[in-house]
Amino acid sequence: MLPEIPQTLYYLLSAVLFTVGAVGVITRRNAIVIFMCIELMLNAVNLSFITSGNFLNSLDGTIFVIFIMAVAAAEAAVGLAIFVLIFRLKGTVHVDDFNLLKG
Amino acid sequence: MIGIGIGFKWFIFVVAALVATGSSLMMVTRKNPIHSALWLIVTFFSVAILYVLLNATFIAVAQVMVYAGAIMMLVLFVIMLIHLEWGAQWKRKLSFAKLIGGVVTIMLFLQVLAGVFTYSDAGQKGVYSAQKLAQLGNARAVGTLLYGKYAFAFEIASILLLVGIVGAVLLARKRKD
Repeated sequence: MLPEIPQTLYYLLSAVLFTVGAVGVITRRNAIVIFMCIELMLNAVNLSFITSGNFLNSLDGTIFVIFIMAVAAAEAAVGLAIFVLIFRLKGTVHVDDFNLLKG
Repeated sequence: MIGIGIGFKWFIFVVAALVATGSSLMMVTRKNPIHSALWLIVTFFSVAILYVLLNATFIAVAQVMVYAGAIMMLVLFVIMLIHLEWGAQWKRKLSFAKLIGGVVTIMLFLQVLAGVFTYSDAGQKGVYSAQKLAQLGNARAVGTLLYGKYAFAFEIASILLLVGIVGAVLLARKRKD
């Protein structure tokens, strides 16, 4: 008979997803792909919140995740609008070409 | 999830975890941003399956609707809007910066791993056990908490969303001057 799925496995998956997202943020140079990698990292954090909430018989993790989703949605709207603006200005979304703050 | 066998649970967990890991790796390594976005949607779906396994059915539905539906639709829309399917592509070239970045992320992973394996299950148990949630209904339990204990935070989040909408419209409109 198999045991229940231990919560360590869920945390392990969450750590793996977070690291993959972090690798993407560091190695990719396309601003939109970097944005998607950040969404993946947020998702990994959500997974560990839900895991903790489930194993502690609490709904507070779920409430946290709802707020993270709200913030992610607002961030997506504003961030993508900024990407469109930068594309209009510079003709690219390659992060190495963003030097607008350089005097 | 109540009512399904433990072996089937393990099967679902292993498949969903492998699909999530594999598709997130595909997402990071694809050259075309549209392919990256589609692989990320696959990742979101498999994480939603894990949420169902963790008795968070409401969050699973919200994940599919908000992340896989709304946010990724917006991302795909912007990718197609600014035509970067084939231009400005990523070169799979190993540079010194990428090497340093890889080492740093491996260190990050080891640190998180140390946290995972030294974690002790501290904290008080709450009242919302799987049986109680099944009896009460997940959405109902979440709603009672969200509109009761966390009503103020909920209102603040709605104002944040409103500010996000106004900001996006203001940023993306055509300037007259």
